Amino acid sequence: MFDFGKWTSAFNELLLGCMPEWLAVVIECVIIGVLVLGAYTVLALFYILYERKLCAWFQCRLGPMRVGKWGLLQVFADMFKILIKEIISLKGTDKFLFKLAPYLVITSSVVMLACLPWGNGLQIINYNIGIFFITAVSSIGVLGILLAGWSSNNKYTLIGAMRSGAQMVSYEISLGLAILAIVVFAGTMNIQELVEQQNHAWFIFSGHIPAIIAFLIYIIAATAETNRGPFDLPEAEHELVAGYHTEYSGITFGFYYLAEYLNLFIVSGVASLMFLGGWMPLHIPGWEAFNNIMNYIPSIVWFLGKSFFISFIIIWFKWTFPRVRIDQLLAFEWKYLMPVALANLILMAVFVALGWHF
Amino acid sequence: MSDIKEILSSICPEVTFAEGTDTLEVVVPEEKWHDFAAQLKNDKRLDFDVLTAVVGMDWKESVGVMYYLTSTARGWDLLSVKVVAKDRKDPYIHTVSDLWKVALFQEREVFDFFGIKFINHPDMRRMFLRNDWKGNPLLKDYDANPELNPIPLDDEKDEDNTCSYVEDAKGKIKKVPGLVFGKDEYVVNIGPQHPSTHGVMRFRAAIDGETVTKVDVVSGYIHRGIEKMCESLGYPQILHFTDRMDYMSAHQNRHCLCACIEKAMGLEIPRRAQVIRVMMDELMRISSHLLAFGCTAMDLGATTAFFYGFREREQVLDIFEKTCGARMSMNYNVIGGVIADLHPDFCKDVKALIDIMPERLKEYHTVFSKNIIAKNRLKGVGMLPKEDAVNYAITGPSGRGSNWSCDTRKVRPYSIYSELDFNEVLETGCDSYARYMVRMREIEESCKILAQLVDNIPEGEIRAQVPKIVKLPVGHWYHQVEASRGAFGVYIESDGTKNPYRVHFQSPCFNLVGVMDLCCRGNMIADLITIGAALDFVIPDIDR
Repeated sequence: MFDFGKWTSAFNELLLGCMPEWLAVVIECVIIGVLVLGAYTVLALFYILYERKLCAWFQCRLGPMRVGKWGLLQVFADMFKILIKEIISLKGTDKFLFKLAPYLVITSSVVMLACLPWGNGLQIINYNIGIFFITAVSSIGVLGILLAGWSSNNKYTLIGAMRSGAQMVSYEISLGLAILAIVVFAGTMNIQELVEQQNHAWFIFSGHIPAIIAFLIYIIAATAETNRGPFDLPEAEHELVAGYHTEYSGITFGFYYLAEYLNLFIVSGVASLMFLGGWMPLHIPGWEAFNNIMNYIPSIVWFLGKSFFISFIIIWFKWTFPRVRIDQLLAFEWKYLMPVALANLILMAVFVALGWHF
Repeated sequence: MSDIKEILSSICPEVTFAEGTDTLEVVVPEEKWHDFAAQLKNDKRLDFDVLTAVVGMDWKESVGVMYYLTSTARGWDLLSVKVVAKDRKDPYIHTVSDLWKVALFQEREVFDFFGIKFINHPDMRRMFLRNDWKGNPLLKDYDANPELNPIPLDDEKDEDNTCSYVEDAKGKIKKVPGLVFGKDEYVVNIGPQHPSTHGVMRFRAAIDGETVTKVDVVSGYIHRGIEKMCESLGYPQILHFTDRMDYMSAHQNRHCLCACIEKAMGLEIPRRAQVIRVMMDELMRISSHLLAFGCTAMDLGATTAFFYGFREREQVLDIFEKTCGARMSMNYNVIGGVIADLHPDFCKDVKALIDIMPERLKEYHTVFSKNIIAKNRLKGVGMLPKEDAVNYAITGPSGRGSNWSCDTRKVRPYSIYSELDFNEVLETGCDSYARYMVRMREIEESCKILAQLVDNIPEGEIRAQVPKIVKLPVGHWYHQVEASRGAFGVYIESDGTKNPYRVHFQSPCFNLVGVMDLCCRGNMIADLITIGAALDFVIPDIDR
């Protein structure tokens, strides 16, 4: 398996050879920042097209076809349109918070993106509490949404923000509990170690019953966390026009739009990290030849492939199911999902204690 | 008929009976009207439980209202009651909105257009026009000078204020101001430009948290004054307006208007035209219910189901396009028959549609009707018990969802419906899901009707001989058909000239929107959209 760490450490030594350490770190930080932002944009563009094409196929349509071959350039056209649109400032809004809110949302998703294990050796920060850090940072996004709804001084946005706050805070619990079940299983929160441990079998296979339950809970809670259908009430267009971002225009709206798609990628990435082995290829114990063939596929392809597959499932939900109502949404979380997640955590602990796993 | 006359005379000796109309007509003095109306409703021998139509009238020397009443228990016979206000300059009539709730909105419309104030009506605001509008447009002496009512550039100010006219013990009438919403109510405005109001409709909803406590319907954003326009046009010229009211019931509406004119002329319609009309009506119903399915799904966020509905609807529209030359506003029925013969492909296309529909309906049920989320969103939401449906005159699929047998095609058959074999679809749920399911099952029934007719279209003329200038004898007529959304009625009053003296369209959607407040109270704000989708009103039908 190719280790990207060789390249990065070679580059680090090259810099250290001709400059003091602090300068090398600054240069590395700048390069990484640019790379992350670049990946962010490219992924967002890809996801917009991905979703549009998928939803078109679900709906007996073709989707965008006119700009470029199979509409491939459509997203670039859309992005330029959003960039050159006027940012309308409104009377009666809280100017500072109104402008701050989209940056909070986009910051939280950029930071989460930076924590993901992209490939073997392709990881930016290696914390011992990596997965905990991701869940913590994701909560900042809620703040941005609440502020957006509040500062817009509009009844629709306020209702949207209230719904969003209630929804995201509630579903974060199930999300956290599902992740916690895997942390119990792996015994670590370090992302690098989590991936390494799945060398022999992905957690969803080795942890079998509780891991599968945790995976299902995670997928449901993640759909709600990203405000996607059937849990897209905060921006339920048929009730609240566009929910919390009704009053945003131009690129400030674009930030919400991008963050929404990137959050979809991030929750899929975390799912692939926690359950499907992150960048780890599919290894079946005992099948050495098969495992070696799998190793030839680059680790970054594994990671992206798994993430896109999970995103596909979440997109599939959105275009199939109707939207739930706010009371049903909260009842589902507090009465069913969270108790099940708690019970599953105990089940996982029992499985680990008694060694009932592969 | 004579029995009823005797009973009516015994209740109120002052009533007189008018001759020469298509229904039994009673003329009641204004001061006796409310007591008489209460008897009409409560007397078990009469039992007039449905107020079918309220038609404001200006007879030049006086103004008044024509009420059309129906008894569901006694065979749906119509009774018309003429009430004349005493003073033309300052007309008052007692309200019947306490007896038939449907009058709450209907009387506001009459107040708006004729200036007749209804005593004891709880909310005497204009229905369609702005509160600062000068004059009452449907009066014959209305001054249409644009300088009197310039295009307003400012917002409507006193939209929260209402009033009612209360009569005290001595018979003196006093204006009592009122408020639509209290000062501390949190009012969310929905519309007129909103994705889910299905047109230019505005609701003002008072909410407590996410629970709706009151809904105020603000209508009239696209009112075109069709009834006023009709008065200055000849009969063949007014036909096309009906296609532009409920555009999802274009054929049925126009069928109704043509049938009403034909009834007045005493015209015999060729059999071929009758069959074509019924087939077009049923195709229109399928298309309308498919749209209703799609829009309900979309309002609930299931966008894919919406496209499935539209895929089949497209096929229906293609059939229309081939024969009528248009996909909307078909302008197909004319006085005496239909305007053009069927396209050679018509039978083949209709058969193709009937063949695929059962399978496609199954698909809709799989993707939407049986979905647990959809069921949770629709079941038990927007309850409308049968008594309320009757009282608010909610006909069509929405009424039948409340288990009220109100299909005009069955209860008062017109055209060739009495010869056809089809079932009236009824559901007992009284909720949004029942209304939705009625529509889905009605598609099957419409297919059944089409299957019976498609191989039996008789040869012959497609329209009867009609004089170039159509003139109706002096009198008035009321005709009703089952449009896609309920009983659609046309009232024509003729003074013998080539223009109608007064035309009134009794639209089902106006009643549907009138029940929004009742259905939405206590439900959540998200349900307001669901209830609207399941009631399935079309705005141009309200704003005629």
